[in-house]
Order: sequence, then structure tokens, then C-alpha cells
Amino acid sequence: MTATAAPVVLDRDGLGALVAALVAQGRTVVGPTVRDGAIVLAEMTSADALPYGWGVELDAGRYRLVAREDGAAFAHSAGPQSWKSYLHPQRELLWSADRTPEGDVSFTSHEPDVPAYAFLGVRPCDLRAIAIQDRVLTGGRFEDTGYGKRRRGALLIAAECTEPGATCFCVSTGGGPAADPGYDLALTEVVDEDGHRFLVRAGSEEGARLLEQVPHRAADVATEATARASVDGARDRMGRSLPPVDLRDLMGASLDAERWNDVAERCLTCGNCTMVCPTCFCTTTEEVTDLTGDHAERWQHWDSCFDLDFSYLHGGPVRSSARSRYRQWLTHKLSTWHDQFDTTGCVGCGRCIAWCPAGIDITEEVAALHAERGPETETETETETETETETER
Amino acid sequence: MTAVPVPHRVVARRPETADTVTLRLEPVGAALPDFAPGQFAMVHCFGRGEIPVSVSSVQTTGGLAHTIRSVGAVSEGLCAARVGDVVGLRGPYGNTWELERARGRDVLVVAGGIGLAPLRPLVLAALAEPEAYRRINVLAGARTPGDLIARKDLESWATACTGVTVDQPDADWRGDVGVVTQLLGRAHFDPHNTTAYVCGPEPMIRATARDLAHHGVPLAHIRVSLERNMRCATGHCGHCQLGPLLLCQAGPVVDWNQARPLLSVREL
Repeated sequence: MTATAAPVVLDRDGLGALVAALVAQGRTVVGPTVRDGAIVLAEMTSADALPYGWGVELDAGRYRLVAREDGAAFAHSAGPQSWKSYLHPQRELLWSADRTPEGDVSFTSHEPDVPAYAFLGVRPCDLRAIAIQDRVLTGGRFEDTGYGKRRRGALLIAAECTEPGATCFCVSTGGGPAADPGYDLALTEVVDEDGHRFLVRAGSEEGARLLEQVPHRAADVATEATARASVDGARDRMGRSLPPVDLRDLMGASLDAERWNDVAERCLTCGNCTMVCPTCFCTTTEEVTDLTGDHAERWQHWDSCFDLDFSYLHGGPVRSSARSRYRQWLTHKLSTWHDQFDTTGCVGCGRCIAWCPAGIDITEEVAALHAERGPETETETETETETETETER
Repeated sequence: MTAVPVPHRVVARRPETADTVTLRLEPVGAALPDFAPGQFAMVHCFGRGEIPVSVSSVQTTGGLAHTIRSVGAVSEGLCAARVGDVVGLRGPYGNTWELERARGRDVLVVAGGIGLAPLRPLVLAALAEPEAYRRINVLAGARTPGDLIARKDLESWATACTGVTVDQPDADWRGDVGVVTQLLGRAHFDPHNTTAYVCGPEPMIRATARDLAHHGVPLAHIRVSLERNMRCATGHCGHCQLGPLLLCQAGPVVDWNQARPLLSVREL
């Protein structure tokens, strides 16, 4: 099968030709570019817009661009946005309603005008995040049709990770700097004395066809070896890690932990972590009427479990304390996500750490919960539950 | 998603209490699939929004009824709907009471306030087939006599036991006074061979389920209907989470052995 054909090598011009070919196909190409002091995702018509020569320096609550001498385009880790901005946009019209003078009401579904996206430079963590949102929004009993339509039309060009940031911890969530299947093309950037080039392998028929249209050469042993070594090396240079325990189990057993009070003192409940998280999918709806009062629109927009209104039931919010809202977010991400969608909700991209204005670090919080639980608590809890159930019967 | 509401006309409007009305709805054009007792619809009030409401009556004609208490912008608008007005419905969503689990067993229905509304079609289904169950009990409580809904139904149901109690009686009240769990001692049920269906405010659900368990009703035979904020009803908005459950799909009806540990965590 062509999809598993041998890898090839593109040089910088080759990557430029790839973008040109996508544009010529009528695709909307989205990739990383430098803007407002950050590497953001934006539509581009030329590969020249890529952040050649820029890297980032990250820490909890900190993000800085740094110039790189090697001119690499993909030697940066996750920026403030993720691909959900395109696949699961912040605001979306669901349907509209019209009322006649007689009081009859009709509803019209909104069929979104969906561009054929090509995402350039999808990091392996984000590739996993897209697969997770696929499960959430299209894998259940009902499908989010807007998401499904955008997703099915999107071409994914992964860029394997060779330069993990200080906030990265994908390896400890079961991922890694190498791209898992799901991409159409996967690039690995190599910059050394032999030049600036990209090792490319196709993951789909469409990816393979695309490669045929751009100038390339067969991959040489040295480029393949260097690419592999860079990605393998990245695996060992993760800035952070989650404790190597069953997180699902840990979170489930930590609902009454003291640590939630500690983090609640620091958490501003601003919801930044949920906005930058590539898997957070929650939305709310609003009803918008025009001045006549007879035309109404139903809009969906991103919501955050940190918002008080999120859990509002007549009378008040179910989760009013910061403690309960942070616990909801983290427990959902690492534990109950498995119950609901049979996967973790965290890919270890580190965005929530970098973009938290209070510098709260998910890996530190989980480590503290783990430390609080201690090794012997596990058996104690089990015994307790058994006794209680016995009495009830 | 993205399911679009289906227009339904209000064909009857019955005030139940000072703040609660029952709307009987018929499809204007195409009908929705049949609802089963326990399931809910997303009910849309033009220009205001949508709320989840369980069905309080299901008819094979495609018509159904919703009993709605005015507690927010949308429910206020729906309660004010007049006969002839059009509202939008999406559904059916959620699971059912699963009355079939009670076959050959005693049926015990316990309702608090407007919680009787979602239980009403369950009682009617059980009464329509009395030979399939041993005894059918309906226990209902409300804060005051004025907060009792479906009073005519309660009077007409020929069950083994129908108990009605209020927390705060008025001068005319001749019935029981106190919380609904006090009626359990009088109901006719063999706890080990009983399936209980409970709906009402969460504190009432906890107290009732706890007492039922204490009487010896198996936890897996105590079915409770729970409520959380809900925006989509299709499992995508994340609002209706209760721990591992997305109540729009794993609920609204949950077995007590599953609900109990979740409801025992504050602010989960």
C-alpha cells in the first residue's frame, strides 16, 4: 500500500511546495506562526509564515519566545491555541427559530460552511487530543455534526517533537514525541551540517498522493537515523511527569483530599486551563433574538467547569467552591473521562501549566494528591467500603 | 446533535399549583419518536432557551405532557404558554424507569413535590397491567397542600396503598403531616421483593433511598431520578456530569448503589 511507502525527504523548498499544493487544492492551510509574542495557529498561504528560527521557553505561568540559531520551524512546543479552535470552534450557530404573527414557530438547522482544512505541524500530543475529541464528539450515541463534518474534511500533517518544553509531560500520559497513527503525513525536522530538511512519511493514501506532487528524494540512512535519534532523545527530555501510578484510581480515591483546599487558595477559577486544553470540549448555549423579537438563534460556545453557572440548577450552583470546581476539572481529565469515553482526557501538552496565571502545575497537584494518599490508604478504603455495604444489606 | 426542535402545539394547559403547570402538547407536523416513562425532552421556549423536562404523560398518538415549575427564565416562559402556542421539543433523551425490573415484585413509588410528574406515566403503566406486579404503592409528599400536583390522579389511582403527606398543613388539611418517608411503615411491600422508584428534591431522594435500604430493599432495586444542569442532552456539553456519569445518557434514572457514593461527596 502506498500509505506505508518508504519515507522521503523534503527540503525547505519542498515544504513550501507542499503548502502551495494544498492551497492549490483549495484547502485552508492552518499552521504555527509568530504573532503577538507567541507561536499561534493561523491560516497561511505560504510556508514562509512558519516560525522559522523561533523556539519557546516555558514554565508554570510563563511563555516566552526565544530566537533559535538553527532556523528550525517546529522546534517549539504547544502554543496557547490548539486545533480545537478550528474543529470545535469557540462559537457556533446551531439552529434558528422564526415566529409568525400567528404564533407559529419553525426551526431551521444551520449547516455550517466547512472549509477543507489542512493542519500543518500537529504535534503528537495534539494528534492524540484530536483523537480524544473525536471519541467525545463523534464516538457516542449522537454525533456533533459540525465537528464531524470539519474533522472528516481535515488533512493532518503531524510534526514530530524534537524539542519538548519545560512544561511537557506527554510520555507520562502514555504518549510520546513520535506521531501515533491518525496523520496523513508526519514530518520530522532535521537540521544539521547536511542542511535543513524534513523526513516525511505518509499515513494515508491522500498523504501519499500529496507527497507525489512535491519535489522530494528518497530518505537516506543518515537523515532517518538523525530524525529517529532526535525524537527518541525528546522522549528523555520531558520537562515534567505525572506520578507513575494508576491515575484513574488515585483521583477516584482522592475526592476528599486536603490538597483540594490548598490548590483552591491559589486557583483563580478563571478557566484558562480549560480554554487552552486541547481536549476540553464543554460548551453552553445561548438564545439570541433580533430586534423584531420574532427571529431567534441558538448559539453554542465554549464553556468552562470553572464557571459558577456551569453547574447551576434552580437555586444555585452544585459546585460553588473553588475546591470543588478544580477537583471536577482534574478528576474528569484524569479519571472519569475513562468512564465516559474510555480514554484519558490528558495528553501532557503542558498548556494548562504555562497559561495558568497563578502558575498551578497539574503534575505538581497530582504528585501532592499521590503523596497525601500514601501507600497504605488503598487497602483501608477497600475494607471500609466492604463493611459499609455489608451493613446496608 | 445537531438535532433541531420539533414544533409542538399546546393543546391543554392545567395549572397544578401556584407555580406549576402541566402542558399537553401535540406535534404540529411530524412527531418525535415515542417517549418512555422516565425519559425527558429538551423543551424550547421561543427567545428564552431550552430546559430538560421529563415526560409526565405519554400517548401513543405522539402527544405528551410536561409538568413544569416556574423557577427560571425558560420555565417561566413555558409556564406562561397559552393554548395554541407553539414550543419546540427535542428527544426522547435519557434512560427509562425500567418498570420491567419490577415484574413479579412489589412496586413502590415515592415522590416529593413535582417529582411526582416523571413518576406519573410509570404508575399509569403499572396500573394498566396490574397482574404483572404484586402490589403497587404510591407515596407522595409535598411542602404544603398547595404544592401537591396531580391530586385527581392520586385520588383515582386504585393502588394497594396511596399515601399523601405534607410538611406544613393548612387549616383544611385532613391528611398526614410529615416527610414522605414516614409513610413507608404503612405501605404494603415486602422489602426484599420490591422495586422502588424515587423522584423529588435531592435531600428527599437521599432520605428515602436510605430508609428503603434500611427496610431491606436491595440497592439495585432502588431507582432514583437525578437532575443536573443540561445544555445539549446528547453527551457533548459536559454539564450534566455527576462523577463518572453523564446524566443525559447514563441517567436521569440511576440505581441507588451507583448514585449513593456519588451523592455522598459534597459538591460533586
